[in-house]
Amino acid sequence: MNAPSITTTSSQDTAVPSRFNLGAALKDSAITALITLGLSIPILSYKTEQNGSDLFLRSRWELVAVICVGVFVLRLLMHAFLATRAARQAVPGPHQATEPVHAEPSAFQHVSKFAIPMFLGVALAFPAIIYLIQGSLNESRYWVDLGILILTYVMLGWGLNIVVGLAGLLDLGYVAFYAVGAYSYALLSTTFGLSFWICLPLAGILASFWGMILGFPVLRLRGDYLAIVTLAFGEIIRLVLINWVDLTNGGAGISSIPRVTFFGVPFTSGDDGFAALFGFDFNNMHRIIFLYYLILVLALVTNFVTMRLRKLPVGRAWEALREDEIACRSLGINTTNTKLTAFAIGAMFGGFAGSFFAVRQGFVSPESFNFLESAIILAIVVLGGMGSQIGVAIAAIVLVAGPEMLRNLTFLKAVFGESFDPNEYRLLLFGAGMVAMMVWRPRGLISEREPSVVLKERKAISGSLVKEGHG
Amino acid sequence: MDIFLQQLINGLTLGSIYGLIAIGYTMVFGIIGMVNFAHGDVFMLSAFIALIFFLILTTWLGISSIVLALLIVLVLSMILTSLWGWAIERIAYRPLRGSFRLAPLISAIGVSIFLSNFVQVAQGARNKPTAPMVRDVIVLYQSEAGYTVALSYKQIIIMLTTAVLLTIFWYLVQKTSLGRAQRACEQDRKMASLLGIDVDKTISLTFVIGAALASVAGTMYLLYYGVVSFADGFVPGVKAFTAAVLGGIGSLPGAVLGGLIIGLIETFWSAYFSIEYKDVAAFSILAIVLIFMPSGILGRPEVEKV
Amino acid sequence: MRWQQDPVLDVQHLTMRFGGLVAINDLSFKAGRGDITALIGPNGAGKTTVFNCITGFYKPTEGMVALKKTDGTQFFLERLPGHHINWKGKVARTFQNIRMFSGMTVLENLLVAQHNSLMIASGFTFLGVLGVGGYRAAEKKAIERAKYWLEKTRLIDRADDPAGDLPYGDQRRLEIARAMCTDPVLLCLDEPAAGLNPRESLELNELLLSIRKDHGTSILLIEHDMSVVMQISDHVVVLDYGTKISDGTPSEVRNDPRVIAAYLGVDDEEVAKVEAEIGA
Repeated sequence: MNAPSITTTSSQDTAVPSRFNLGAALKDSAITALITLGLSIPILSYKTEQNGSDLFLRSRWELVAVICVGVFVLRLLMHAFLATRAARQAVPGPHQATEPVHAEPSAFQHVSKFAIPMFLGVALAFPAIIYLIQGSLNESRYWVDLGILILTYVMLGWGLNIVVGLAGLLDLGYVAFYAVGAYSYALLSTTFGLSFWICLPLAGILASFWGMILGFPVLRLRGDYLAIVTLAFGEIIRLVLINWVDLTNGGAGISSIPRVTFFGVPFTSGDDGFAALFGFDFNNMHRIIFLYYLILVLALVTNFVTMRLRKLPVGRAWEALREDEIACRSLGINTTNTKLTAFAIGAMFGGFAGSFFAVRQGFVSPESFNFLESAIILAIVVLGGMGSQIGVAIAAIVLVAGPEMLRNLTFLKAVFGESFDPNEYRLLLFGAGMVAMMVWRPRGLISEREPSVVLKERKAISGSLVKEGHG
Repeated sequence: MDIFLQQLINGLTLGSIYGLIAIGYTMVFGIIGMVNFAHGDVFMLSAFIALIFFLILTTWLGISSIVLALLIVLVLSMILTSLWGWAIERIAYRPLRGSFRLAPLISAIGVSIFLSNFVQVAQGARNKPTAPMVRDVIVLYQSEAGYTVALSYKQIIIMLTTAVLLTIFWYLVQKTSLGRAQRACEQDRKMASLLGIDVDKTISLTFVIGAALASVAGTMYLLYYGVVSFADGFVPGVKAFTAAVLGGIGSLPGAVLGGLIIGLIETFWSAYFSIEYKDVAAFSILAIVLIFMPSGILGRPEVEKV
Repeated sequence: MRWQQDPVLDVQHLTMRFGGLVAINDLSFKAGRGDITALIGPNGAGKTTVFNCITGFYKPTEGMVALKKTDGTQFFLERLPGHHINWKGKVARTFQNIRMFSGMTVLENLLVAQHNSLMIASGFTFLGVLGVGGYRAAEKKAIERAKYWLEKTRLIDRADDPAGDLPYGDQRRLEIARAMCTDPVLLCLDEPAAGLNPRESLELNELLLSIRKDHGTSILLIEHDMSVVMQISDHVVVLDYGTKISDGTPSEVRNDPRVIAAYLGVDDEEVAKVEAEIGA
């Protein structure tokens, strides 16, 4: 996609009607509905059901009809909306100029200076807030678990952000390092009985070691090729985890991994447990809340180190590499080492997150490290706006908490009947959401870049100038 | 020797299927320089479309001639899958053209996730087995130990269909103005549009052709294995992409050649080494080819411009 | 004839083939220390290929490219790994199509150019992350150096602007400033005056002369703009079809009939035009 933008989009995009043309809108909506009908045949209109060894078909034309009518109405509403907006603003449609070259970033793309302290405050007080809302520790379990899940993805996003956002190396196999971290802790603790606090750094080192091993052969590759090779590496690691039964116990995974301890004090109900030692009543939630703060600290360390690195020569070299690799070489930068450090450091944080995952779950299996995970993490980075730390955090919240909220939409059962399970549609909507977000904001939520050093006046750099890297 | 011959036949059959999918990857990459990540799922979707039509034709309409049924299924599946190919390009890729380079790739991953889950929701998560459509085999050779080398009718159908469609398709891109427009867009899209080529239409047609060939592959896959599931898009997709890269991405004969090679490697690997690691082998080949010979067998090497 | 007595760059029997195409054929020339050497020739003569061989982007098929320092050490550039050519060999270059880090500020561009020395100061990142060691002081020094070059190229007011926002002429100067921040012995400029207006061209001449005067940096440049070549260069090497056809002072070269023929074909009208242009 290196060719310059050619705005030869079809008539319906370029010619935003200045007034709402009902006839044209009706016609276009009808065509859209017709295409939907075509797409629904036969995949929606007939459902294959199994009866013994035979397949038989059940028609669902009523469903197709509902969907086609729905699409028709939505398209019509969209036309009406676009027409009124065009009349209100009298500006070109969103497709005319996908990238305003020197446009001021919109209010959305600015990071308010209050945002970061606010986020941090909420993150720190989160378990307390939930406790106050829910009224008891046990009832806040779901929310704290969700908080842990979000923070895990925030950390993974920040880790991958080093590789993709800063160094511009497109990595589709990041989950491999997450897996290496998780299995490192799982194997080291179950075979050698090492504690989490020893395994955590070891997992990071092992993961960064793998980052370099996998990074080395792909140094020459660029863009989509790099993405595909890293994807292949990720899949190879997963398949090896499945098939190397002697080491990893195969698809069954490793269970009864030791739980986290409060720096050596176990979260048990016994006399030497955390609760007894500190004079609390025993509650399993102590461990969960401890895990929450543990991942919060790990994520903040990731963030702190990344921010630090950005201001160091290595971080500037990463960004320079993303902008122009050839110019980097001409300035004496060892691009090989620079890329490898990006892979290694990114992988290290993936490894930390992985061993956290293992200690939290108490169980690891290859299933947790499939390609979808890599895709989710990459989507978090890209949606966040590559290189933007706060953007990644927001994107992680949106992409992880959003689908999770679907579980709670139980009222939909009342609409669609008892057999309706909103959770089934989680990934369907996730995929569609990914497309929609890319179309809506290809550069992510926060596309601005903060300069790493300032002489007189700090000026944010418009996302349209920032390159996305060759590799 | 017997096993070798049998695996050769099996490998070529499988390879034709991969080759058909690979063409979709290679053409799209050639013309807009993106890896159409969702292509494998389009293939899977087409297998489902074929399955449903096959059931309609045989159980509801009572068509007993398998060849006739297959032919109708093939045509219908090609038309409807093409519509999907067109719609995907229109919705998920066209608005991103000329934008941030990563955006289409992310969008394609989104489409891939959407498609496989769409099929899962619409058709259920279980494998869909069909009764074998074509059972007859020709025994080519029978060894004294009782081992037979057989060429089944369905293998013949698959290889023949592939060959015929490839010839038609080859004619289309080499001899018609569509093919010329396509090649022009590959070289320089901006210049092509200045010379009056409808770039959007050409790109749409590329997706349509790619999807149509994927649907042939999907139908053949169903015929060959007799079972399909919503998750069947990813791995064949990756293997076909490997084939496209191995053959030299952007090169059409390369895609077919790459497909055949990958098919052969896979069957031989499964026969002689370990079947568990056959996907590892495929992914390893992909990595090795991309790293050591990124321009593939028939591709043109890229020279770094300073 | 300084280039014969005290060359900074000694290119011998340089040959570069791409498959069957011979881009440079047995080229030998020297560039004198403290000289401004111009490499000229018609389009496609192989000038940029020579640059790419000198700066390590291509590995020459045959031949030797030696860089001699004042202390007597010499580096065979064709044997150095790409990034060492700048760091160890002290050869810096600019590009025909400007290569800025366009999403980074002007100041950041100049700090990236001082990567290697800053890297050492930051204890190869380890000390820098922990915030110990002398990185802060080193960075301050690097910023001072960047400020010096920004003032020299009159870009100081744009220091905090993204490089991609600069107008074309400023980007050209920024690229030179960035190359000079690496403290080179030899500065290779690939068509530095391309796309500049006459006033900017004149300023460029002054900048190059002052680089040579104040820093003793030798300059090797490819240029089509004869006003730049003839006014500031001490030594001109003319290439055609990958071979050297003339080598000497500007006045020698401009009167060389082979140069005129090569440059202009043998069309009389064009000869007359260019003769007028170069003031022959």
